[in-house]
Amino acid sequence: MTGASTIRIGLLLPDVLGTYADTGNAAVLAARARWRGIPTEILTITADTTPPAGCDVYLLGGGEDTAQLFAVDWLRRHRDLHHALDSSAHVLAICAGLQILGQSMRDRSGHDRPGLGVLDVTTAPGPRRAVGEITITCVIPGLGQLTGFENHHGITTLGPNTAPLGTVVTGTGNGTRDHTGHRTEGVLTDRVTGTYLHGPVLARNPALADHLLTAITGTEMTPLELPDQAALRRTYLSPRAARGGIHHRRRMPQ
Amino acid sequence: MSDRGFNDDVDIDQCSTDVLDPPDCRGAAFETTADPWDDPLSAPTREGPRNRPWWRPSTTIGRGAAMASRAGRAWARTAVRAGLVASRVSRRVGVGAGSIIGGRVTLLLDPGALSGLAVGRRIVVVSGTNGKTTTSHLLAAALRTSGPVAHNATGSNMADGAVAALAAAGDAEYAVLEVDEWHLAAVARAVQPAVVVLLNLTRDQLDRGTEVRAVAATVGAALAGVPRTVVVANADDPMVVWAAGNAARVCWVAAGAGWLGDTATCPRCGNMLHTDRPAWSCGCGLTRPEPDWWLDGDLLCTGRQVTRLALRLPGRCNIGNAAQAVAAAAAVGVQPEQAAAAMGELATVAGRFAVIHRGRQELRMLLAKNPAGWAETLPVIDPARPVLIVINAREADGRDTSWLWDVPFDKLPCPIIVASGERAADLGVRLSYAGLDHRTEPDPVAALALLPPGSIDVVANYTAFHQLLRRLPVRAGPR
Repeated sequence: MTGASTIRIGLLLPDVLGTYADTGNAAVLAARARWRGIPTEILTITADTTPPAGCDVYLLGGGEDTAQLFAVDWLRRHRDLHHALDSSAHVLAICAGLQILGQSMRDRSGHDRPGLGVLDVTTAPGPRRAVGEITITCVIPGLGQLTGFENHHGITTLGPNTAPLGTVVTGTGNGTRDHTGHRTEGVLTDRVTGTYLHGPVLARNPALADHLLTAITGTEMTPLELPDQAALRRTYLSPRAARGGIHHRRRMPQ
Repeated sequence: MSDRGFNDDVDIDQCSTDVLDPPDCRGAAFETTADPWDDPLSAPTREGPRNRPWWRPSTTIGRGAAMASRAGRAWARTAVRAGLVASRVSRRVGVGAGSIIGGRVTLLLDPGALSGLAVGRRIVVVSGTNGKTTTSHLLAAALRTSGPVAHNATGSNMADGAVAALAAAGDAEYAVLEVDEWHLAAVARAVQPAVVVLLNLTRDQLDRGTEVRAVAATVGAALAGVPRTVVVANADDPMVVWAAGNAARVCWVAAGAGWLGDTATCPRCGNMLHTDRPAWSCGCGLTRPEPDWWLDGDLLCTGRQVTRLALRLPGRCNIGNAAQAVAAAAAVGVQPEQAAAAMGELATVAGRFAVIHRGRQELRMLLAKNPAGWAETLPVIDPARPVLIVINAREADGRDTSWLWDVPFDKLPCPIIVASGERAADLGVRLSYAGLDHRTEPDPVAALALLPPGSIDVVANYTAFHQLLRRLPVRAGPR
């Protein structure tokens, strides 16, 4: 798309996958585009509506186990949307949103439930819940460290040709390692960004929001300073925070 | 995944067969138990050797591990006294209100202390995500019209707080115990309450309590474990209805539900709920029960009886809290009119809604600690006043500040806003994205200096609220 046309942001199933306030990512994305003169439209796509398949970017958030199964079923039923997620649209998927885009999710009774197959990842329950601050080094050039709050029970294994969003500095992330032994977090393809980071992730990491906007519009984003943003980054990424002052917790040693 | 709930197979309609008919709500609570002597409710409390509590003179019977022998009883008394001494010391040296340390000392010396202290009393337990402290204060005011009341008024809502409250009021026939949802099972098992009030279940401290459905399942198991207890439950909250589904005796109150972010899907089966407020239902059979008590404005109705709830506490949510408190008071024998009149006198609750004069500023203190709490607080905030918002993210607040994004701050009507607290920056960023001009000052007392003289609304989450209260001048009376 060109810079002048409206960015259509599809906020998918906030009523079902809205447990961890990831809906805030839509507000951040829209505001950062709007402040640069790019018109945006947020389409809130609840389960009782017929979803549009033509959005530029779709956002998926975290949710509870039953809600996750409902979401897979719902997305599969809406084939045009499923196709868009699979082949054309940009996607930001958080936590349960990341898991349902994968090949399969194992439930706590040991049964594999099929995912949407958009990403080559599988998820199984870990030994305990990973809860706490997480810091990762992002693989996207120039983004540096990303901060977030993770709260999940899943261990996500990436397929051989699937890249993570970053490597874990503190926290748990995917709970698996890449071939070099680094602990991985999230998934990154040319269109899909998946991560366990809540916060919401785009509020804590505006550079990731701008990276998404650049990918959607094909134009570089001009710098944008927001009051309090630097202080927020310091809260979570200062040397004190890294030493544990902000209660990084690592509950799933790998 | 597919975390089957404990009562997936229960037809909710069966549960309401035991719902008490409103006019009988009071009486029925005292009937239909197999062994009247075993039932703290049906047994008369003042006379009869079997229910005279052990800490009163010439006691002969009691409950709990320490009751087994004369030496055991002496030890139990020592444990309670040691706890009371610890509380007094703690208060005197200014460490805190003393209820937690006192309760812990007693429990350490006598792990069965809670059930022992509960014997012979009519106990009402109040639980739920929001409104526990306020509702327990409303209830305590109502029950005080009938006799002395033991009450964990400072909000220490785990077993230690309950022990301290009961130990501090040895003679009280009634007790009102605010209990954290996660500790409901242990406390309810120990005290065998006459009534459990279940207010609402919404997301709160996701880092600590995991997801709200898991909390509801825990609460449901707790209620199933006390079959003689009357559960006064909010019929408008699907999560509460699911949790109360396994309770033997339920009195449904249509107390309202302000925030529905957690109940788009059915708590039992995960499918979408059909909602046409106040009605809601799911294809699996979970549906809004017919309420025994319901509200028409500030009129509380049951059967043919109508009671006006004229509260000094602001906000629609407090009308709902009061409705459940009146139903609970009725279940232990206090008339609705009498209860409502006493509740109407209450103007502050543990510092909440208090008005503090500080120099030329007049601060109204409001507590809001999660999206549902904010949904109830936003309409209470005076649009003409400046507002100070204070946010921390300590253990008791929940470490994750994401919830700020579930609060519709764009509806905040105030002309002047200051963001403060240990997470002032998170809040400031949130306000910027909501399009709100604001100033940011992490120290809330320094932040007050940025605000003009006159009336100010202060909204803080849990630890921020209590930290700030301690730093402000002694509270002046409410207006």
